Order: sequence, then structure tokens, then C-alpha cells
Amino acid sequence: MYTTDQYEGVHAETVTLTGANGDTINAYMAQPLGEGKFPAIVLAHHMPGWDAWYRETSFKFALHGYIAISPNLFFRAGHGTPEDIAAKVRAEGGVSDDQVVGDLAGAMKVVRALNNCNGKVGVFGTCSGGRHAYLAACRAPGFDALVDCWGGNVVMKPEQLSPKTPVAPLDYTKDLSCPILGLFGNDDSSPSPEQVNIHEAELKKYQKNYEFHRYAGAGHGFFYYHRPMYRQEQAVDGWQKVFAFLEKYLA
Amino acid sequence: MCTMIVENIKVEGSGKVNNEWISLDQANVSYDHPFNAPFEHALNIDFVNATLGPSSRVAVELSASAARDLVRTILEVLDQAEAGGHLSKE
Repeated sequence: MYTTDQYEGVHAETVTLTGANGDTINAYMAQPLGEGKFPAIVLAHHMPGWDAWYRETSFKFALHGYIAISPNLFFRAGHGTPEDIAAKVRAEGGVSDDQVVGDLAGAMKVVRALNNCNGKVGVFGTCSGGRHAYLAACRAPGFDALVDCWGGNVVMKPEQLSPKTPVAPLDYTKDLSCPILGLFGNDDSSPSPEQVNIHEAELKKYQKNYEFHRYAGAGHGFFYYHRPMYRQEQAVDGWQKVFAFLEKYLA
Repeated sequence: MCTMIVENIKVEGSGKVNNEWISLDQANVSYDHPFNAPFEHALNIDFVNATLGPSSRVAVELSASAARDLVRTILEVLDQAEAGGHLSKE
């Protein structure tokens, strides 16, 4: 816990890393300064893009003692404002699951290799980023904890599958290699409470270490303080649960 | 969650970006999270010219009811133009 007499510093900057297919992409990395070995967290940004919320959230993790890295999963779509790039990706039907998993695995390797990393690396994502974080934790060996915030389309109908999303993340559940924290709003339509039930049943079936919290009075994206879906009470509680979970598995 | 509901259509026309007119060649219509409009989901239309890069985008984000009103109004106006002899029947 921070006290007013302690030194605190964060170094945050844009870096590059090797992602899927050996491609170079950029990423935002925020690291705590000072002595010690720190756990790390990879952030999978949401469909609205590699935006200010994700840079701010990376910084927030660093303030809490984590080396945070948020790869630009839309790097290959070109450059412009995050909104313009996200709009282009939206028009193209999103990015492929394989590519995202490769990019997140590349980010994991970068932070784990840092001298100030304690060797533990988690993965965090919201919205489509929650779904992508889940895929990465199932398909890219090496993550030590997963935080899935309202990731939709984990449960998918056959008609929703596409060349970019050929397998429902739910079907990879048996391969999930780390504990998972899931935060969901009961008023969300994707994932709906029924889909969260299906997800939970699958985790139980494979005896995975999971912790799900469902919030009344919240829908989708209740951490987003810049959007009308923000829910203060649920967001404060949710962040407490995120940091308690990560402390347990990454410290 | 992102709905990923999107359709792309070819268009002809012009749009204004940063006080400059550009030619448009495509409209991307989606029902998904807006960037600015105060809704969880919105009917989003991005009028773009793919050859000019991602920043050449004329964007609107409408509520579902506003989008339906807009569609009806566009069709009514085209019907009036047709009835007035300003537009040949397609």
C-alpha cells in the first residue's frame, strides 16, 4: 500500500516488440521505478482501439507495482488516431484470433525477459480484449494469471465463426493454463448471464481454478469512466478484486 | 461486447474532413460500440476513401431510432425528387 513517505516513479513509453508471424509492432509499456523485482501484466485492448483508456490503465498497473505492456493489436491497420484505426479494423471485421494470440505471446516474452521482472506474467483484457486474453491464456503457454473483464463471444454459435475467429474460445477451455478472474455485469447482453453460466460450467468441467464475480446494476464496460456505462460502486469493487487476484498469483 | 455487425457498401460522393472535401468510395455501416455518442451501441456510418488512409473518414454515430428516422427521411426525399421529375426512376 502506498504511503506518502515512499519514493514512487513510473517510466512509461512506446516500445516495439516482435508479434505474430515475426512482425514488429508497437506497444505501450509502463514500469515501476525503484528497487525490486516486479510482476508483469499484458493488456489486450478492446475493439474501440489502442486508446487512451488502455494507456491510462497500463499506467495504473505500474502504479500498483506491475510492469504493464499493452501491444497495439491494430498495428497492421496503419496509423492515425486510435479511433480512425479502430474504425478501419471494425470495417474489416476485426483482427484474426491467431494474430492476436501471437502478439500477446510476444508481449509476454518481452516483459518476462526484463531484469526487473519477477518472472510472473498475467494477461488482462476488457470487452473483445477479455476474449483475446482468454484465448491467449489457453493457447500461448506461459501466462500465470488471467483477468477476463466481460469478454463477449467466448461462447459462440457455429454461425458466428469465421476465418478470423474459427474456434470459439470456450472450446479451448481444457487448455487454460492459469487461474482466471472473471468480472461480468448482469445487464450485459454479450456476455449475457446465460453465456457466463455456460462459461463457468466449462471451467468446472475441466476443474480449472476460476473466480467469477457478477455485478447487479452493471452492464457492459462498467470500468469505462469516460462512457455512460460506467458504474462507480461496481468498478471500485472490481478493481479491488483484480489487484487482490493478481497479488495472489503473481507476487 | 462488440457486436461485430458491419456491412461495407460502395458509394459515390463527397465528404468533408477537417474543412476539406474528399471523394468517397465506401460506406461502412455497423451497429457496435460508438466512440463518442452516449450509447452502449450505436448505428455507426463511416464514409471513407480507402486510398487516402484511415484518417479520411466522415463519421456519424446515431441512436437506433435516429438511424431508422434517417433512412425513412432519405427515402422520402428521394421519392419527392423522383415525383418532381428531378430524378429518373431506378
